[in-house]
Amino acid sequence: MELLVASAVGVLTAAGIYLVLRQRTFPVIVGLSLLSYAVNVFLFATGRLILNRPPILDKHVTEYTDPLPQALVLTAIVISFGMTAVVVMIALGAYLSEQDDRIDTNAETGEDA
Amino acid sequence: MSLFLIAALPFLGACFPALLIRAGRNASAMSAGAVSLLALIGLLIHAPSVLRGEVIAARLDWLPELGLNANFFLDGLGLLFAGLILGIGILIILYARFYLSREDPMGQFYCYLLLFQGAMVGIVLSDNILLLLVFWELTSLSSFLLIGYWRHLPEGRQGARMALIVTGAGGLAMIGGMLILGNIAGSYDLTVILQQRDLIQTSPLYLPALILILIGAFTKSAQFPFHFWLPHAMAAPTPVSAYLHSATMVKAGLFLMARLWPVMAGTDAWFYIVATTGLVTMVLGAVIALFKDDLKALLAFSTVSHLGLITMLLGFGTGMAAVAAVFHIINHATFKAALFMTAGIVDHEAHTRDIKRLGGLRRLMPVTFTIAAVASLSMAGLIPLNGYLSKEMMLEEAAHTAWLQSTWLVPALATFGALLSAAYSFRYVAHVFLGPERDDYPSHPHDPGAGMWLAPAFLVSLVVLIGLFPETVAGGIVAAAAGAVTGGDLPEYHLKLWHGLTPAFYMSAVALSGGLMLLWGHAHLNRAWTNSPRPEAKTIFDAIVGTATRISRILTDRLHDGALTRYAAIFVAFTLGLAGYAWLSGTLGPQTRAPLEIAALPLIGWIGVIVSTVLMVAFHRRRLLALILMGVVGLVVSVSFNYLSAPDLALTQISVEVVTIVLMLLALNFMPKETPRESSPVRKTRDAVLSIGAGLGVGGLIYALMRRDFDLPTISEYHLNNSYSGGGGTNVVNVILVDFRGFDTFGEITVLGIAAIVIFAVTQAVLSGPVRGRLLNRKPDAPQSGDAHPLMMVVVTRMMMPVALMVAAFIFFRGHNLPGGGFIAGLIAAIAVVMQYMASGFGWAAERQHVPYHGIIGSGVLVAAVTGMGAWLAGEPFLTSAFGYVHLPGLEKFELATAALFDLGVFLAVVGAVMLALESFSRFAWQPGIAPEHAMDINPARDLDPKNPEEV
Repeated sequence: MELLVASAVGVLTAAGIYLVLRQRTFPVIVGLSLLSYAVNVFLFATGRLILNRPPILDKHVTEYTDPLPQALVLTAIVISFGMTAVVVMIALGAYLSEQDDRIDTNAETGEDA
Repeated sequence: MSLFLIAALPFLGACFPALLIRAGRNASAMSAGAVSLLALIGLLIHAPSVLRGEVIAARLDWLPELGLNANFFLDGLGLLFAGLILGIGILIILYARFYLSREDPMGQFYCYLLLFQGAMVGIVLSDNILLLLVFWELTSLSSFLLIGYWRHLPEGRQGARMALIVTGAGGLAMIGGMLILGNIAGSYDLTVILQQRDLIQTSPLYLPALILILIGAFTKSAQFPFHFWLPHAMAAPTPVSAYLHSATMVKAGLFLMARLWPVMAGTDAWFYIVATTGLVTMVLGAVIALFKDDLKALLAFSTVSHLGLITMLLGFGTGMAAVAAVFHIINHATFKAALFMTAGIVDHEAHTRDIKRLGGLRRLMPVTFTIAAVASLSMAGLIPLNGYLSKEMMLEEAAHTAWLQSTWLVPALATFGALLSAAYSFRYVAHVFLGPERDDYPSHPHDPGAGMWLAPAFLVSLVVLIGLFPETVAGGIVAAAAGAVTGGDLPEYHLKLWHGLTPAFYMSAVALSGGLMLLWGHAHLNRAWTNSPRPEAKTIFDAIVGTATRISRILTDRLHDGALTRYAAIFVAFTLGLAGYAWLSGTLGPQTRAPLEIAALPLIGWIGVIVSTVLMVAFHRRRLLALILMGVVGLVVSVSFNYLSAPDLALTQISVEVVTIVLMLLALNFMPKETPRESSPVRKTRDAVLSIGAGLGVGGLIYALMRRDFDLPTISEYHLNNSYSGGGGTNVVNVILVDFRGFDTFGEITVLGIAAIVIFAVTQAVLSGPVRGRLLNRKPDAPQSGDAHPLMMVVVTRMMMPVALMVAAFIFFRGHNLPGGGFIAGLIAAIAVVMQYMASGFGWAAERQHVPYHGIIGSGVLVAAVTGMGAWLAGEPFLTSAFGYVHLPGLEKFELATAALFDLGVFLAVVGAVMLALESFSRFAWQPGIAPEHAMDINPARDLDPKNPEEV
């Protein structure tokens, strides 16, 4: 199980970074989203993996999974949504204004971009 | 008055003049004066006990682990300086009221002046050297504002910049020196450091610390070779020059040398660096001053010279020299502030400061002449004025100081400096006020109103009084301050006019008569001086700054050329390198956790994620496909959260997923649907290597983590144990969010709200430009479906709306005890509304939505904040929650918790933020005529007569 999670995190990270290094805004945003998944799962997994022990208190249960990373990741998910939305808006605004969705501003686009 | 208040008063008061300027210039000036006066009174209350030798202290531990404390202390030296700063400050405020013209923004002036005053008071009262450094930098900044006050003058701006660069750079050096000093002494508190003389002077780091601190002090006090900024700072209004260059800014460096005197002075290094610099500065400044024709430039270089004199005295390292230095600080402050003010009066009345165009003002401006004459003669060192006393003491000390076995060098140069000083002082009187009256002044001069001459007149009365009765007027403060400089024991001395026929008397006589002779031969000397080549400091400075600017521009242009993808690649590569180093240099303990079994279901999910991700990379150019695959990944991630005992995360992830995909689809609508191929194979390989490296690293790291138990006990145990008893909830994750870490959550919803408002603002900005027209005339680049709002979808989403809201409410209320809560409920409610937008169209939905989303965000943050503040009523800290159980007849026992109210704030903020973001995106799509008149192409009520809606 740990191997599955770790390899999924690794693959998501690799794919995310590869896409972040692309030259157009849209793939970069998708890459950032993939990185967000990877980071969230990573943070979550630092609480170690335990099955069927959600941190909902119950008189008959003595062992729970670590609630702290979960609380951190919950806020992280919401914040990464906010961040994605802002980045998407900036990318969209830039594209609509310049008719160009290149990331690099030093590329030869005719004028000083 | 508490020392905290004395230091804080000028800062707190700085807003008054700026605000009261609307009530008139008098109100503005009076408020500034009142603030300074209040601080001065507060200071003087402590004066009797300080003069008795007590030390007043005020401590506030802020970050004691870092040695960063807001500690203040007041001893004789602090009292002397703070008194000068506040006392002369009040005089300057009075003088400036009448000096500044109607066009000058006076409120701003007093505001800057008080900021500067506060920073100076802070320096002289600080006990903690880190705190002192902060105030030190503040003086650099606020003096920048003051010197550049006349921002329309290029000289003003350049002078301000030069002062900031020189003193700021010196400040940087001083930070280094102070940190070393604190490190040697083991404390950042001055009171502790000052006890560690032996420890500090034997430390191998003594010399570096000394040099760095001295660079800071020398730049501030305009010592050679950093003296050149001071004359250029004369472009400031005269009140600023009078304040900064008589009593305050330039004295800060002297103050610091005096403050650290007990632990730094007395070594050969101290003597040769400080005394030599002072001596050179004294002579050099005096020579240049003699040949300056601008009144303020003359005074500026004379200030440089006198600062050199005091520095030299401090450098001698003897107790008696310290007494002389302290005494001269007082005397110099009085006569030099008065002189600057008279120069300002002359400039103000005659409209010129050029000595060549002046002369003969004696009869035209008798009051000003008297003031200027007394102050100048004191500067020249004429008996019985105060300048004479301290100059005699200086010459006496110089007379028996040997420099590298040479017993005549220091006395000779000191006499020469005094001689030049006498010469330029005489010149200030003779060439401006004496001589024949002229008829070509740019403006006919006469004495100004009392408002302008009162302040300098008060100062020259001090000049005379201290001169005549030194022991009575200044004896106490000189003894207290000099005692603080030397650290207690002072030699036997007497402040008096006549010491008999000492060597100092002869040296003084030589200086005065030589000064008169120089004045007599000034015209010839001046010609020789003007014809001789001299290095111009400003040219050298400009060349250095120019070169530095060019180099940084080249570097910046190369590094920051806008190739963002390269920055990102460098960042990844660097992080990989760092991680690789950590991996190679670290050790890894044994695996302590047994792995969980791999069941069939997770395996299927894993395959789903891996395949989707790989496909995404392969087909990322087809953007819609990439988005769909991203949805698959998100879905599997949320299911796995649930599988791995994190139901809250699963719920959050899945609802965020929906909103994100909707949002990206909206954006994609306006963007190219394909990404062109443009990366070279080399580049692709580079990126692949980097990303695979990073993936392996991150994957390996988390695998290693998961297979090991915690090294240290975690704080999670605390949360589990106290969630129910302390927070009243069984869903520990929710209790952490709304209770244990409520402040984090509060910050988070604020950030989320800000993000949404940023999106709104960008939309507004983009749509107000030419983009709007382009969007309005946009032709869809793919065939559109014939039915914009399919009937089935409209009906289903409308029926779903109450159900979805019900689910949101359910999730919200159970959140404290079961998976759910404000975040998830907010997302679900937002999705319920988004469905309507999608199915029935933006226009239709917007018409029925009456509360602006900004308001919902704001009310959410407010509800959360007010809930948090409610705890104050119970005397608890912010966001402490309370809960209780309520029995109502007919209902089961239920819980009421303030945390639920806080969660309501979270809910509202999330709904508002998500909706505002999505709404902003949809506004791009609006085109006239695109929306059909009715949301479902069939409206059952549309053929009704609007006047008789009852007909149906």
